[in-house]
Amino acid sequence: MALTTNYELKLGAATREAFGRALVEVARENPNVVGCDADLSKSTMMTYFAKEFPTRFFECGIAEANMVALGAGLAMTGKIPFVSSFSCFVMNKGFEQLRTTVAYPRVNVKVVGTHSGISIGEDGPSQMSIEDLALACALPGFTVISPADEVATRATVRWAAEHFGGVFIRCGRAKVPVIYAADAKIEIGKANLLLPGRDVTLVAHGLMVAECLRAAAALDAEGISARVLDVHTLKPLDEEILAAAARETGALVVAEEHLVDSGLGARVAQALARRAPAPVEFIGLETYAESGTPEGVPAKYGLTSQNVVAAARRAMARKAS
Amino acid sequence: MQKTNDPHELAEKAKIIRRHIVEMIGAAKSGHPGGSLSAVEILVTLYWDVMRHDPAHPKWPQRDRFILSKGHAAPVLYAVMAECGYCPVDELMTLRKMGSIYQGHPDVRFLPALEASTGSLGEGLSLALGMGSGLKLDGFDSRVYVMIGDGESQEGQIWEAAMYGAYHKVDNVCCIVDYNKIQLDGFVKDILDVAPVAEKWRAFGWHTLEIDGHDLGAVQAAFAEAAATKGQPTCIVANTIKGKGVSFMENNPKFHGVAPTPQEVELALKELA
Repeated sequence: MALTTNYELKLGAATREAFGRALVEVARENPNVVGCDADLSKSTMMTYFAKEFPTRFFECGIAEANMVALGAGLAMTGKIPFVSSFSCFVMNKGFEQLRTTVAYPRVNVKVVGTHSGISIGEDGPSQMSIEDLALACALPGFTVISPADEVATRATVRWAAEHFGGVFIRCGRAKVPVIYAADAKIEIGKANLLLPGRDVTLVAHGLMVAECLRAAAALDAEGISARVLDVHTLKPLDEEILAAAARETGALVVAEEHLVDSGLGARVAQALARRAPAPVEFIGLETYAESGTPEGVPAKYGLTSQNVVAAARRAMARKAS
Repeated sequence: MQKTNDPHELAEKAKIIRRHIVEMIGAAKSGHPGGSLSAVEILVTLYWDVMRHDPAHPKWPQRDRFILSKGHAAPVLYAVMAECGYCPVDELMTLRKMGSIYQGHPDVRFLPALEASTGSLGEGLSLALGMGSGLKLDGFDSRVYVMIGDGESQEGQIWEAAMYGAYHKVDNVCCIVDYNKIQLDGFVKDILDVAPVAEKWRAFGWHTLEIDGHDLGAVQAAFAEAAATKGQPTCIVANTIKGKGVSFMENNPKFHGVAPTPQEVELALKELA
C-alpha cells in the first residue's frame, strides 16, 4: 500500500548529513563500529563520528586504495568499518581493493560514497560519480543502496551496521526533499511503493524519486494514473514488486542520476526480461556533465520531472494493444 | 605443534618445506617456485619460533598473524601451515587442482585458516595495518607480520600504506621485503628498479633492518628487534636469492613463474636430500 498520497517534498537534510548523524548513532550503540576517511571527513560528514570517537576514526589521507584495504583489515579483527569518501574516489580508486580484499573473501566492510551523481554542481565532472552504482553492483555479495532522503539514509546506515557483508551506500551533497515520514518502514531489499497507479510505473532511486513524484502529479492532472516505486536497494533487486508493476501497469520508466546504460535501469530491464517483459523507458546520463549549480546541472542533463512525464507517455504508447 | 628456536631444527624444517615446494609445483605443472624458495627461512622462523599461534585454534583472537602479500608464493605458506598442523600435508600435492584447499593464490574461502586472500599485489600491507589497528583497539599485544615482494613494491598502494603505518605508529606491524631481485619479466633492476629499498623505508619513517634472509640467526634477531621496537613499525629488508636451495633455479628469472619438469623435480630433490 502507498504510504501516503500527499507528498509535500519539503527540503530536508542532504543524505551525506543524514549518514554522518546516523553513523554517530550506531557507533554509540555498537563499540565495534569504526570509521575510515580519506581527507574528506568534513564533506562526507564522517567528521561527526571522528569528533566523538577519535580513537575509532582512521584518517587515511588522500590514499583511497590503502583506506579500503585498511578497512578490510579492521573488519578481519571483528570491527565494522564504515569507509567513506566522495563516491567517485572510493569506488574508482578503491575498486580493485573492494574486489579483492572485501567482495571476494567476503569481508564485512561498509562503503559510503558521498557527492554522488552530478548534483554536486560547481566542482564538475572529475568529482562527479556516475559509474559508482555499476561498479558496486558488479561486486558479488554486495548490497547496494541509494537512499532518497534523510529518513531512508538513517534506516540504511542502521541496517548496514547490523548486516554482515559488503555494503555500498550512495549519498549526495545537496539537500534533498523529504519523502518519508520519520517512522516510515524502509526495508533493505524491498522497494517502497510511494504512489499506487494503474497506467504506468515510475521507478527511481536517490534524487530522482522526488522527480518521479512530481511527474506522477503532472500525469495525474492529465488523467494518467502513475505508480511510483522507490527502489532504494539496487542489489538485491526487489524483482517481485517490479514484475507486479509490469504486469499491472504494462509500462515503466526508470529514472536515475547515473549512467543510463549501467545503473538501476539495466538491472530492471534484466529482471523484467526474465519475469514480466514490458516496455521500459530510461532517464539517466549518457556521459559526463559539467560545472553549474546543483539544480541547474541535473536539469540541463535531463534529470527532470518533465522528462519523466514524456518518457511515461512513450512507454505507455508502446504497450501491446 | 612443537615450537623451536634451535637454528639446526629450523634448518631441517626449511629443507622439508623446500622439498614440498618443489614437489607441489612440479605436480601442479604451474606455479611460482623462485619466490617461494626465497621466503622459506623467514616463514619457518615466523611459524616455528616467533609467532604466537595455535594451529588447534586458528581463529584465537589474540594470535599473531601472517599475511603473504606476495600471494604467488602460496606454496611456501601452504607447506609451512601444513607442517604446523593447520591443514593436511598429504593434500599439498593437490595444489592448483580443481576443488583443492590449496588454490593457486591464498584463498580464505577454501582454507579458512589463512589470514587473508592475496594475489593482487600491493594490498597485504594495508590489510596488516588494518589488523594491527584493530588489535590495538582491542587492547591485544598481538603482532601482525606481512611479507611483500620487491617487484610488488612497484605498486603505489605499498607506499600509501608505508606512509600510513609510520605516521599512525602502527608498531605491532612488521613488514618483510623478500628482496630476491627478480620479477616475472626479468631482474627488478631491468624492469623498474626499486633500489635503494632500505633507504626508502627509512625515509617513510619505518624502523628498517637489512639482513641476509637465509641466515636463520639473523632472521631471528631481526624479528626480536622488531618486537622490541615501539612507536614505529619495522621493515625487515631481507636480501634473498630467488630459487634458493635449488642450484639451477637460483637467480634464474625463468623460475619466477615456471614449474620444474619431472626431471628437474628429481634433480632438485637430490640437492635437497
